[in-house]
Amino acid sequence: MFKITTEVITGAEVREAVEAPDAGAVVLFFGTVRNNTDGRPTKYLEYEAYPPMAEKKMAEIAEEISDKWGIHHVAMMHRVGRLEIGEVSVAVAVASPHRKDGFEACQYAMNRLKQIVPIWKREVWADGEAEWVKPDAVFFKNLPERT
Amino acid sequence: MKVTVKYFAVCHEMLDRSEEEMELPEGATVQTILKRLEEEWPEIAEFYEVMQMSVNWEYATENTELTEGDEVALIPPVTGGCDV
Repeated sequence: MFKITTEVITGAEVREAVEAPDAGAVVLFFGTVRNNTDGRPTKYLEYEAYPPMAEKKMAEIAEEISDKWGIHHVAMMHRVGRLEIGEVSVAVAVASPHRKDGFEACQYAMNRLKQIVPIWKREVWADGEAEWVKPDAVFFKNLPERT
Repeated sequence: MKVTVKYFAVCHEMLDRSEEEMELPEGATVQTILKRLEEEWPEIAEFYEVMQMSVNWEYATENTELTEGDEVALIPPVTGGCDV
């Protein structure tokens, strides 16, 4: 299951999507909205995605995991829209025969998600400024808060 | 030929639209679209270096040739998930 959603992510959906009788471990990862970036207070985040391509790229990551670890039960969900502090933005579930491979594959899934899945984060700071974030720097600064 | 061009994140915000249809000459490539956008928003060229393009949900290059009905998108640096 690879999905972009506007709904609250509880984790139940990805957990159920990877249920498998040959699994001895399920690794579940949640990314959550932190209240600051490098000490600067965050008010909330907005995520935007290109849903059909994002879901296709998530499925490709699962194929990579299948090739590397022989793990065939991977699910990923990412939420879009306005997310408040503490809310879940992304959930990854990996079911594997043994936990070591599951942890590694889950880490890999998140790393790849941040490289190839078309999803964007707009950080709205507590002081009202906003910017589109890019991986190692700010992509576009000093935009107004949108209403 | 007609193609659909989609804009996300900073492109969406700066161009003030999320998609449009573009009429392009036969033999047009992704580059043809980039040049056209540059006329409207010159500063966008500064970001081409870090931006990627997609055609029909697959990453493409500026030399990728387009055909009728293609869905092209400008893909700014992706930042999904969280910073861990």
